[in-house]
Amino acid sequence: MAERLQQLVLDTLDAQSTIKDTRQLFLPGASAPAVSNDDQIVILGALNSLLSRDMIKYDTHEVFTHALTPEGALIVKEGSHEARVWNALPVKGQGAPVPAAALKKLVGDETAKVGQGRAFKNGWIGKEGDGLVRTAETIQDTTQLELQEIESTGSLKSGEKILADLRKRKLIVQKKGQWFTVHKGHEFTTSTAKPETDLTTEMLTSGKWKTSKFKKYNFEAEGIPTSGGALHMLLKVREEIRNIFLEMGFAEMPTQSYVESGFWCFDALFVPQQHPARDLQDTFYISDPPHSLPPEKAYYERVSKVHEHGDFGSTGYRAPWVPEESSKLLLRTHTTASSAHMLYKLAAKCRGEKVEGDESEFTHGGKSTTEHGKTDDGFTPAKLFSIDRVFRNETMDATHLAEFHQVEGVVADRNLTLADLIGFMRVFFKKMGIEKVRFKPAYNPYTEPSLEIFAFHLMLNKWVEVGNSGMFRPEMLEPMGFPKDVRVHGWGLSLERPTMIRYGINNIRTLVGHKVPIDQVENSPAVMF
Amino acid sequence: MPTVAVDKADLWERLGQEFTTEEFDVLCFEYGLELDEDTTEEVEEAKKKGLPAERPQLKIEVPANRYDLLCIEGIARNLRTFLDKAKAPTYKLVYPPGGENDLLTVTIDAETQKIRPLFACAILRNITFTPRSYASFIDLQDKLHQNICRRRQLVAIGTHDLDTLQGPFRYEARPPKDIKFAPLNKDTEYTAEELMTVYESDKQLSKYLHIVRDSPVYPIIYDAKDRVLSMPPIINSNHSKITLDTKNVFIDVTATDKTKLDIVVNIVATMFSEYCAEPFTIEPVKIISHTGETTFTPDISPRKTVAHTSYINNCTGLSLTTDEVVPLLKKMTLEASVATDDSTKDSINVIIPCTRPDIFHECDIMEDAAIAYGFNNLPHTFPATTTVGQPSAISKLSDIIRIEWALAGWVEVLPLTLCSLEENFDYLNHTDKKWTSTAVRIANPKTLEFQVVRTTLLPGLLKTVRENRSHALPVKIFETGDIVVQDRSLERQARNIRHAGAVWCNKTAGFEVIHGVLDRAMKMLEVPRIRSDDYDKDTGYYLKETEDPAYFPGRAATIYYRPPPTKQTRLSELKHKLEATLHTNARRDIELGTLGVLHPSVLEKFDIGYPCSAVEFSLEPFKKEMQKIWTNDV
Repeated sequence: MAERLQQLVLDTLDAQSTIKDTRQLFLPGASAPAVSNDDQIVILGALNSLLSRDMIKYDTHEVFTHALTPEGALIVKEGSHEARVWNALPVKGQGAPVPAAALKKLVGDETAKVGQGRAFKNGWIGKEGDGLVRTAETIQDTTQLELQEIESTGSLKSGEKILADLRKRKLIVQKKGQWFTVHKGHEFTTSTAKPETDLTTEMLTSGKWKTSKFKKYNFEAEGIPTSGGALHMLLKVREEIRNIFLEMGFAEMPTQSYVESGFWCFDALFVPQQHPARDLQDTFYISDPPHSLPPEKAYYERVSKVHEHGDFGSTGYRAPWVPEESSKLLLRTHTTASSAHMLYKLAAKCRGEKVEGDESEFTHGGKSTTEHGKTDDGFTPAKLFSIDRVFRNETMDATHLAEFHQVEGVVADRNLTLADLIGFMRVFFKKMGIEKVRFKPAYNPYTEPSLEIFAFHLMLNKWVEVGNSGMFRPEMLEPMGFPKDVRVHGWGLSLERPTMIRYGINNIRTLVGHKVPIDQVENSPAVMF
Repeated sequence: MPTVAVDKADLWERLGQEFTTEEFDVLCFEYGLELDEDTTEEVEEAKKKGLPAERPQLKIEVPANRYDLLCIEGIARNLRTFLDKAKAPTYKLVYPPGGENDLLTVTIDAETQKIRPLFACAILRNITFTPRSYASFIDLQDKLHQNICRRRQLVAIGTHDLDTLQGPFRYEARPPKDIKFAPLNKDTEYTAEELMTVYESDKQLSKYLHIVRDSPVYPIIYDAKDRVLSMPPIINSNHSKITLDTKNVFIDVTATDKTKLDIVVNIVATMFSEYCAEPFTIEPVKIISHTGETTFTPDISPRKTVAHTSYINNCTGLSLTTDEVVPLLKKMTLEASVATDDSTKDSINVIIPCTRPDIFHECDIMEDAAIAYGFNNLPHTFPATTTVGQPSAISKLSDIIRIEWALAGWVEVLPLTLCSLEENFDYLNHTDKKWTSTAVRIANPKTLEFQVVRTTLLPGLLKTVRENRSHALPVKIFETGDIVVQDRSLERQARNIRHAGAVWCNKTAGFEVIHGVLDRAMKMLEVPRIRSDDYDKDTGYYLKETEDPAYFPGRAATIYYRPPPTKQTRLSELKHKLEATLHTNARRDIELGTLGVLHPSVLEKFDIGYPCSAVEFSLEPFKKEMQKIWTNDV
């Protein structure tokens, strides 16, 4: 059909040089001109195919046509309501008149209701006693005839007035239609031999590619989408940041411990027991199981002493120590809880203890900086990092989640300086694509000095905080057993923030959690800082 | 971090200099403050419109451990010193003309030890308030109450017009029905019992009632004529309330811990001693404890310590001389001088004023030196620490599964770890104790969404399917992440387990699709597929039909994994052969996870209208021990 139609268009054009109105064409096999809208759609398909080969050009004209409603279609098939009523009734005097209730049963409620009135008006039926009978011998069902004409031509010769009436009766609806004027194109020929669309194996074997004509490729069109999967955007940014750490010689810490004790999350870090971060308002506590097993006794005692009475050159907080606070279980509020545990393990040899099993996971590559001739105190330098989940007892909104990811780095070596930390931070953030940074003194219970890192945000045209850093306090390191000259740098930032900036996401709930649109994951670009 | 609003014109006057907003922002930044807001523009706007306007303010965020920066008096004093415009003030105790004998006395009753044992006080003589300094005085007390005092729980402050009272005073604790007085801003007298009801509906005070409510006795302070001064930590009396015209101020402080008691009384007294006829003087008070011991408060004596230039240089990366360090410390209100008894000229005698209780250790002094030098003026060095980078075993393993599944056409999602009890158990028909007893439960969630740490990845994956109903079918999603179970053998009583899980959602359930996802993961991990009765196989995985109410009956299986035998020795080889013949090697097999077609009742609870299949298993057995490269042990 498609090919025959295209041939018809080309032949007609060849003969007439233009086709003024495609509604005058007779589709192949049709006995009437292609006046209906459906026919014109078929023609449009043929025209577009020829247009893509520049064989023709065409202009589009709009026209209103009419189509039948389901009720109209039924009338075409079974006759109008009034005709159906007339059909159901006996000729006057030749049978028992049909009462109104019985008519309803014969032709249905709707038809009886509408048809009776119109049949009376047309003088087709009349009353006899309680019933109805035919009064006209023959009838002409004009409505049906009109609708039949509309069905085949989309219009009515007798004019707009009747069309309007049929529209009002909801038997037809108006539809926008099109018809076309067709001219010859640059490549006009009456041959419909299609140019090839693609190079095939068959062409290679037969050598047909040498003589074939190829269809022009549409370079504006999109390619076929691939069918692969996708990685989540937050984890793509995690990957990029992890690579920065790995490139800089950092070993990833094991951090698979969402549940921590007050001891490891706070006490070991020299966070005072009365610190607001430990409030029920801010931290998720665990009801089942509620308490941890005690940590190593001697270490616990060194920690509680430095808090309550002071030690290692510190006055301590000199506030009452509550063992209960220490053993409370909670969801870690920062990955520094895990870092503290790793540092404690790192100091095992300094304490003269045997190293526990998974210490091997993080001290790789540390070269002892003990000078020749000095006794080895067991210290191994380490550069450690982690990117993992932390929890805060917050109500969720566009910028807060009760759980998010913290990026954390730790460098432990002898005689590290604040200048080292600042220099290191400049390099680290440069690797994240942040050139301009400055440092603000801040307060953090476990670092001294503590520095907030600010970066200049070009879009906002102001300095914004991008992370926190500092040197861990002696009150944290010395109870672990580190020698006095060992200093530890630590810094942290959230993973969500840079990801939201990278992808222009304003609502954190569309980045993390079940409300993340899968399409967004599928279509998020790669990350290169 | 607390935010303090200070009057801009007053601050400029105190600093003897006007700053532009930008200049002041830089000064704050260098000192470790944060300028949140300058309301000047707002005020100008209001004035233009003829609206009532307050004086322009600066809203300054101060570090949480610097109680001496919680009021304009303290901020100005510290910045003036930082800018070398003035020396830090020296605070002095001044006795009344008659000396120690004329001191006001407060006796502490033994009953107070049951509820709020510690008491301190101070007197500010011949003070002159202005409306703004008066407001600042009230505001400082509020700031202290909200911060170091932990909402009055640990410490509470009361201030009184001393001229309305007569010494000596008594700090007692009495049953609430035996306490009766007219509280602040009320003319009627109430018993303490009645006050508890009266203040129940008070927005401010209702927050503090719980501190004493259930105690058999309430703390109470009386003067010589049995007039109430205050009922800490709830309310002062109306009788002794201070006004703009008050000349002599009595400050009472009650606490549960001595250190905070001293800090608070010292901060209130030192900050406002500025307005005394003789500035920076405080009159002490004699305290007779319940054991009869006599002490004097406040104790504003500074703490003397020694800092070392070598330590400061070594920590900061600077190479300053002692003579260069001393002025840096002075800028930070620390009275420093070169120690004459140290021939190496390394030691610095440091006198820490009572307003700086944030200094615990030499490292705090080192930080002050660094701030005074300027963090952003420090040299940019780079630590010489040489180490080798390495990912953790679990991350590496997770990444393998993540990438292989993504390559296989699956989309990674990232649901939350916390969920409701219902989602984690009931929705999956896992109501049996076998499931519910393993979970770690949260005691204090703010919403029901976070009652439990997930023990399975399924709720998060299914919620993601639910929220993505507009996505074209099939939905193919996966996650690798941790679940948490109780483990009473561990210090933390719980253990994370890395799981991998995937859900397929389409017009048909597609068990074989989800099975394929498992097979792909196993293939990439080089785990061969075996049959459950393959007793002669050393390692592999197989499925066995199982009953799990989360899955459709007959369409659920447990995934079993037989880990490879540990070491290949002649003996162990023989042992394995023997095991295989006796079919006992299956005892080593681990239940790795489950897969199946999800039960329609589960789908209904998660509001999913299409059939789904799911797989979830542990990755832990596949964790590879990382190489021991370059360790010092070798």
